[in-house]
Amino acid sequence: MTSKPLTFQELILKLQEFWAAQGCVLQQPLDVEVGAGTMSPETFLRVLGPKPYRVAYVQPSRRPADGRYGENPNRLYKHMQYQVILKAPPVNVQELYLESLKAIGIDLLRHDIKFEEDNWEAPTLAAWGVGWQVMLDGLEITQFTYFQQCGGIDLDPMCAELTYGLERIAAFLQDVDSIYDIVWVRGPQGEVKYGEVRLADEEQFSTYNFEKADVAKLWEHMAAYEAECHGLIEQYVAGTAEPKPPKKGEEPKPAAPKFTAIERRRFPLLPAYDLCLKCSHLFNLLDARGAISVTERVGVIQRVRNLAVGVARAWVDQQTQGA
Amino acid sequence: MADFLLEIGTEEIPARMIAGATEELARRVGELLVRERLCATAQVEAFSSPRRIAVLATGLAAAQPDVAEQLLGPGAAHAFKDGQPTQAAVAFAKKVGVEVSELTTATTAKGSYVAANVLRKGRPASELLCELIPKEIAALYWAKNMYWRPGKPERFVRPLRWLVALLDSEIVPLEFAGIKAGRESRGHRILSTGPVTFAKAGEYAEKIRAAHVLPSYAERELKIRKALDAACRTIPGARWREDKGLLDTVVQLTEAPSVIVGGFDREFLSLPEEVLVTVMRDHQKYFAVEDADGKLAPYFLAVLNTVTDAEGEAIVRHGNERVLRARFKDARFFWDADQQLTLKDRVAMLKTVTFQKELGSYFDKASRTQHLGSQLSAAVTEFYPAHRQGVVYKAALMAKCDLTTELVKEFTELQGIIGGLYLVHQAERMELPESSAAAIGQAIYDQYKPASMEDAVPRSLEGAVLAVADKADTIAGMFALGMIPSGSKDPFALRRAANGIVRTLAEHNLPLSLSKLMTDALRQYQGTEAEARFKAVESYEQNVAAFFRERLEFYLREAKGIAYDVTNAVLAAGADNVVDALERAEAVARVRESEDFVAISASVKRMKNILRQATEAGKWPAADANFVHAAADSDAERALAKCTAELSGEVEELCKARKFDEALARLATVRRPLDEFFEKVMVMAEDEKVRLTRLALLQQVAAMFQAIADFSEVVTVGKAS
Repeated sequence: MTSKPLTFQELILKLQEFWAAQGCVLQQPLDVEVGAGTMSPETFLRVLGPKPYRVAYVQPSRRPADGRYGENPNRLYKHMQYQVILKAPPVNVQELYLESLKAIGIDLLRHDIKFEEDNWEAPTLAAWGVGWQVMLDGLEITQFTYFQQCGGIDLDPMCAELTYGLERIAAFLQDVDSIYDIVWVRGPQGEVKYGEVRLADEEQFSTYNFEKADVAKLWEHMAAYEAECHGLIEQYVAGTAEPKPPKKGEEPKPAAPKFTAIERRRFPLLPAYDLCLKCSHLFNLLDARGAISVTERVGVIQRVRNLAVGVARAWVDQQTQGA
Repeated sequence: MADFLLEIGTEEIPARMIAGATEELARRVGELLVRERLCATAQVEAFSSPRRIAVLATGLAAAQPDVAEQLLGPGAAHAFKDGQPTQAAVAFAKKVGVEVSELTTATTAKGSYVAANVLRKGRPASELLCELIPKEIAALYWAKNMYWRPGKPERFVRPLRWLVALLDSEIVPLEFAGIKAGRESRGHRILSTGPVTFAKAGEYAEKIRAAHVLPSYAERELKIRKALDAACRTIPGARWREDKGLLDTVVQLTEAPSVIVGGFDREFLSLPEEVLVTVMRDHQKYFAVEDADGKLAPYFLAVLNTVTDAEGEAIVRHGNERVLRARFKDARFFWDADQQLTLKDRVAMLKTVTFQKELGSYFDKASRTQHLGSQLSAAVTEFYPAHRQGVVYKAALMAKCDLTTELVKEFTELQGIIGGLYLVHQAERMELPESSAAAIGQAIYDQYKPASMEDAVPRSLEGAVLAVADKADTIAGMFALGMIPSGSKDPFALRRAANGIVRTLAEHNLPLSLSKLMTDALRQYQGTEAEARFKAVESYEQNVAAFFRERLEFYLREAKGIAYDVTNAVLAAGADNVVDALERAEAVARVRESEDFVAISASVKRMKNILRQATEAGKWPAADANFVHAAADSDAERALAKCTAELSGEVEELCKARKFDEALARLATVRRPLDEFFEKVMVMAEDEKVRLTRLALLQQVAAMFQAIADFSEVVTVGKAS
């Protein structure tokens, strides 16, 4: 290790540098609320279809129910993930990952690393994969997943997803017991701590998520986003469906006007996906508010899942046609 | 004699799957070698670690032995004309590689053919292995597998990264998943430098060990046990807590295990031991340490997958201590936060916790269990007047409340236990007197017991009643929905629940009717939303009875070691009351070998056969209790009738009192007259009246036994016929 452990942002910079050298597109965080880096279209949509892709990005991830008003030193409403997607993964993907740990100052000869089985499943995204949680001296620092399915579609090629828990790793490197004590940056102004940057977020959003969010409004928003997303998916399907041959003895029905190539390419599926993410976040908010009853819960998950699956299917179609 | 080495190198295999796959690979390779005649009996040694499964087979032939074979050609009439070979015969000889002069004829069922005796060369081992081993690799079973190559040509537990296949010093050039086998392997991820190369198969273990991998379960287990012992010796009076499951896991998570001892702040010892141990074991995979008095000590033992120097150990220890401290702080934070509401306050919150999507919330379940528990309690009180019905009633209401607590949300495996602890902790605030709080707490604490065959049943009678009611409610709901376990499918662990009921009833000596329990359980659903979704109510009674019969059979055989035939015999005579069935089974098991009962079993079989045949022939209209006996017309018949008349009332009384040993002792006395009867009396007499009288007598005799067991099911090999 260097004399001073990495600051929070140096940690991010080192990872950026490492994965940039592996040919990853360094993306910026998605500007829509998501619960995990996986939900960013840079993962969810990019893993679909045959095109190879490598991307890395920080993703602030909001989980309303995990908020603790800034009082718990280990839990956050919004934590940051460093997300790497390798499609298709190289054969030395695990070795590459271990190299990335060296790059952030971890001497593998003086630490204990284990890959422990941990499979991943996201019912709202109709996605699953198998993999490990990577344990460093008893601390889970990364989720390592081989995606098998996304939006209900088998991935071919499959891809590897590495999700680093940035706060955990930084607290480990800096040997602090509270996330809020992580040094974010050192400068002429002295040390700026994580708490200084983020505590207000945690306090206020916890209050909003648990107490103030207007449940009736949330349901309304959800219905509105859902309807719009659905509408877009339906339009896409109508504009691209092959006309059905008329049944015997029936007059052939006039087919719906088909998209031209350019209409198809420009059709707003990315915005539709944003709308789907909005619904997912609203579901999480309603859940944190304790507003979803037992009987409703499964149904609401299914609603979000339908959107995700609908967008994923349309997206695959759009990509293949464009190719 | 040659050695064959196969190593499958993968990314880390899930710990729980390694042992099974290793065994399977060894079995498959062994069977293959025998099947292909490369050895008479296979000598296969298996190896494994998280990144590999391997086998070393010794004593192989270099090739299959040659086989003498007779090949048939064209029909003899075709092949020879006037004793001379025709063109057809010449062509055949050429095809099979023999001289025409060596051809013979062979006669089969279909006719006469020209034949050639040839020696089929055995194929070389290398060629066979190359062709067949990939199929065995592909066939390995994994509880969860994946694909990784484009086009998904194969599935395996994790991506396969290398293959080693050597026949002595030669590479067997087999291929699987796009990987060609070679002689290169890999050692420990961090400690080994560069590839491991085998000059010959036999040096596998030695070379792999040199690359910092202990390649077998036994070696790693031994190393870990010794290291745990050694680590404990650094703390006076300390011992590590034996934990087979945990040991299994860490053995399969490591290639180069070592152990460090770490400590935590004594103040955490104020948290319940259950919480501390769960955090250490389930979340951190640490062994707990106890002091000389068996109390938890503020230390833990972590098993590493590396061997490092003193500085490294200090770093790793520090890191692990830091994680555990955070975990314990969290637990304490949750414990404290949870005290804001008592369990009683949480009852209403259960409305938002799903029990099962078709069956409603845990609030619904709690009220059903409360009613069912009350009914059960009332029945139990008849046998045990000191049973505290109020304890069950209160416990059932609050049993599931801990599902809403932070601590259980974090450590789900502590459900029940936390509820029990909280109840006692919050007793004063809930205005519960201390004595009932202890009893209610214990019942809640034990509600999920027994969690396995090895686990104990609830400690108290009240706990037993709660646990039975809770499980019966689940089974009733799921069966009424038609979600019945079948084959390996039992997603709601209903078999485990039913096993739990059976064991709890047996071990608490509760002679209750299973069918009544399950009918009462279903009745609790009346008028609920769930009831509208029930699809299998008509077959409910039958399904539940069959299901419990199976569970009871499993219990008698697996837990009680009762022989299968006795189990069948006993359950054929009734499977509705666990205690009763168990006592009957034990009583029958005790007498089955006695001379009397070997004879009686044979006689009962004979009686049943006679009665069945008579019924089938229309000569025995059915059991008729009011049948009037004709006067018995032989001494043997009279003796048996007399004995039966004397016994049947007495046996019935004894069975009612569940004095089965005595009942059987009495029944044994029927042997002599019965033997005599069969020796001297012809049952199917010509005279109808006589015949019916005799059949009726047999029916009576059979019925006496029927309260205990169907003795015709008892196997009597090589004894009296």
